[in-house]
Amino acid sequence: MARLIVIGNGMAGHRLVDTLTRADTGRAWQVTVIGEEPRPAYDRVALSSYFDGASADDLLLGDLTDRADQRLSERVTAIDRAARTVTTDAGTVLAYDALVLATGSTPFIPPVPGADLPGCHAYRTIEDLEAITASARGAATGAVVGGGLLGLEAANALRLLGLDTHVVELAPHLMPAQVDQGAGALLARMVADLGVRCHTGAATSAVRSGPDGRADGLDLGERVLPADVVVFSAGIRPRDDLARAAGLEIGPRGGAAVDDACRTSDPDIYAVGECASHDGTVYGLVAPANAMADTAAQALLGGTAAFTGADTSTKLKLMGVDVASFGDAHARAEGALEVVVNDAASRRYAKLVVSDDASRLLGGVLVGDASSYGTLRALVGRELPGDPLEMISPASPGAAAGPGALPDEAQICSCNAVTKGDIGSAIDGGAADVPALKAATCAGTSCGSCVPMLKTLLAEAGVEQSRALCEHFAHSRADLMQIVRATGITTFSELIARHGTGAGCDVCKPAVASILASLGNGHILSGEQAGLQDTNDHFLANMQRNGTYSVVPRIPGGEITPERLIVIGEVAREFGLYTKITGAQRIDLLGARVEQLPAIWGRLVEAGFESGHAYGKALRTVKSCVGSTWCRYGVQDSVTMAIDLELRYRGLRSPHKLKGAVSGCARECAEARGKDFGVIATDKGWNLYVGGNGGFPPRHAELLAGDVDSADLVRYLDRFLMYYIRTADRLQRTSAWIESLDGGLDRLREVVVDDALGIAADLEADMAAHIGAYTDEWRGVLEDPDKLARFVSFANAPHTPDPTISFDTVRDQPVPAEPVLLGMPETATAVEA
Amino acid sequence: MTAITETPAPAAPDTWTPVCASALLAAERGAAVLLPGGAQAAVFRSAAGGLYAVSNIDPYTGAAVIARGIMGDRAGEPTVASPLLKHVFSLRTGRPLDAEGPGLACYPVRESDGRVEIDAGALR
Repeated sequence: MARLIVIGNGMAGHRLVDTLTRADTGRAWQVTVIGEEPRPAYDRVALSSYFDGASADDLLLGDLTDRADQRLSERVTAIDRAARTVTTDAGTVLAYDALVLATGSTPFIPPVPGADLPGCHAYRTIEDLEAITASARGAATGAVVGGGLLGLEAANALRLLGLDTHVVELAPHLMPAQVDQGAGALLARMVADLGVRCHTGAATSAVRSGPDGRADGLDLGERVLPADVVVFSAGIRPRDDLARAAGLEIGPRGGAAVDDACRTSDPDIYAVGECASHDGTVYGLVAPANAMADTAAQALLGGTAAFTGADTSTKLKLMGVDVASFGDAHARAEGALEVVVNDAASRRYAKLVVSDDASRLLGGVLVGDASSYGTLRALVGRELPGDPLEMISPASPGAAAGPGALPDEAQICSCNAVTKGDIGSAIDGGAADVPALKAATCAGTSCGSCVPMLKTLLAEAGVEQSRALCEHFAHSRADLMQIVRATGITTFSELIARHGTGAGCDVCKPAVASILASLGNGHILSGEQAGLQDTNDHFLANMQRNGTYSVVPRIPGGEITPERLIVIGEVAREFGLYTKITGAQRIDLLGARVEQLPAIWGRLVEAGFESGHAYGKALRTVKSCVGSTWCRYGVQDSVTMAIDLELRYRGLRSPHKLKGAVSGCARECAEARGKDFGVIATDKGWNLYVGGNGGFPPRHAELLAGDVDSADLVRYLDRFLMYYIRTADRLQRTSAWIESLDGGLDRLREVVVDDALGIAADLEADMAAHIGAYTDEWRGVLEDPDKLARFVSFANAPHTPDPTISFDTVRDQPVPAEPVLLGMPETATAVEA
Repeated sequence: MTAITETPAPAAPDTWTPVCASALLAAERGAAVLLPGGAQAAVFRSAAGGLYAVSNIDPYTGAAVIARGIMGDRAGEPTVASPLLKHVFSLRTGRPLDAEGPGLACYPVRESDGRVEIDAGALR
């Protein structure tokens, strides 16, 4: 194998190693990554989420330890191109066959007096953020030098740290690289609404020092801003010192000069990301860095990919303000015309840059509402489908700017270079919803900003738009939920008579059964409800392949006394049940015949057990680690919290199954982020993550609220779960549900944490009603002779075991024997009518 | 093959077997019954009053579970969905409605003197 050394373990280096090792199926390269930071590669773009409660671990990028040798906390000090070796500050000399420079950039600190005082920081690494957090303790004021994209993120960080925050920008307006004067002015106004004051056209001449020798103010020439914490975000400088020392060609504004294959002037050395200069340009954005990393990876594998410059279009949310810039945003093309709608009163600015004959779109800027960004960006360089003013006029939002206007070669997903034509082919090939499109084309799998466009394209293709549950109801599950809530209907027959058609089916009946159960309508096997229940709910147990059932008693939080454990063992032995520990810290007893279920439940209920709802689209378990009670690392009592939550939400029927977990510290032994709701202890309280999935497809839960106390945690969970139950589609897990929300996780946070819809109290009241009405479903059967009468093998031979059921023995336990098809007629094919 | 009606002419000799009391068969919920000779039937009464009997064995898994399936209709055709792999069958003909494949055998069924009876000898 040839030896590849990657210098730098940031996002570009990580991307290169990831792409290369995935594609290198012939194992041509043995990869070593050398990075000076103490931790594996992390998502620097999401750095600011650290202040929203994300931990350093949350920011980590995918683990590559099994694909590359990683040398952390180690810095390369020299490259010997003749010997083809690198030397590190640990004194190690490593030989390479190919070398990749991914050293990134350093923040530019203006050379003003006092810029090195304690309290002055850069904004680039997790260590920087930790230092800013430490400086902010006891501080009252903060200032950010630099009003660009990163500077505004830094300002938001200072704001979240409780500081009275100022932004100082040398240019006449904010974000000068991306937006124009008008947009910058509106942005400053909207940022000011949040309490951050902006000073544009202002030069910092010095950082003042207080009596304690720490920074305490910014000298702006004619005035001084108070600032106990100063963050510099005044641009970046490529880290090209190694390249310079090695005699590689350097670009006009610094950075190792590279060709279209991202090769430097030495053919064995590549450079990617912010340390590279392509065609004289150093890109400071992640998308070009990824594109360069992919190009270099392909070149290393003998491919001929070319990096020919990057689209620097951006769309982001800064302090809740949508900002987007695309194409020739500054109207630099000759003869370019600008069409502007500047509505400061309603906090909305939109500008399109068009060719001199107003026929083609060249670029644009959006502030306040960037919902048309996807369509407009894809139109850049193309003929305008309509009047440019109409396209950005709020009177006709997106009137002429729908993706239908786009040509097939227009890119819909720029992260993964998916065109409208690709999407169309996938739809023609049978992709009928957003998840299917994602799987078929990768569109929408990175930043997700094109997901609304995918929905629109599906709609325009005439696919999927029927949200009808089945042929009996023209409504979605959420619609039916609303109907049932509004009308107070309590039976399926009334609902289908008034709002549906026909007799129902195995799709709508269980869906309505779940809605009725979520709203509390007594025991799920009472009266007409019984006939609606899905396979497993119908017998309060999980049907197995041979028609027998498994029985899972609730073991809240996975905590169980020896006495109860013995009862489970005795029951299993007495009834001859196959016994297995589940993945959710409880015990599954399999092989029970339908007529045995009441007797098994009777023994379990008598010992204090109740149904674990393993059979229901309902809360399953809340898993826990032992937490601070036992674990030497635990910071909170995760077991008690898990038990409290499991008992609080037990029996809660939902659109799909629900799983939770509570970890007692950031080591996350309960694997909470693989659950629909995951709670992870912090030294200040709890972080609440939502939308995780351990099964297919796996997905990490994302942070909904950070460092909350127990009362707020429960309140947010009540709201989250009830909002999910009210609005999700049938069989839609929380992960897909959150993705489907317009605005995704941010919107969910607005509803759950900020109560943007004003329904929080209502959601909490619904949950309180559920908790108050909870009873054990097994006990409900045992105490009701009518329900018990259903638990028989045959109506005409209630105690005769089903003769088709038989067992073999494997590892001393019973398992289903292959079916003998007893009683199976020979004419098993369809009978002609 | 012969057409099936809901009340076919009795086969001779008389093989009608009472399988349960009419009151035991609730609308929209099936019941499994054991037939002479060890075969099993699933008996259903629809909300509209139709009475149906099919083999209780799911032909795709060999498990005796059809009586525990959910009843419904497809464009008016009465159906039952197997609880195991959710194959949907016509209750009138036994035919699978989702795909080509094995179906369910049907039994003539009737009510007489407050009892549900199946013509076990006239398996269709």
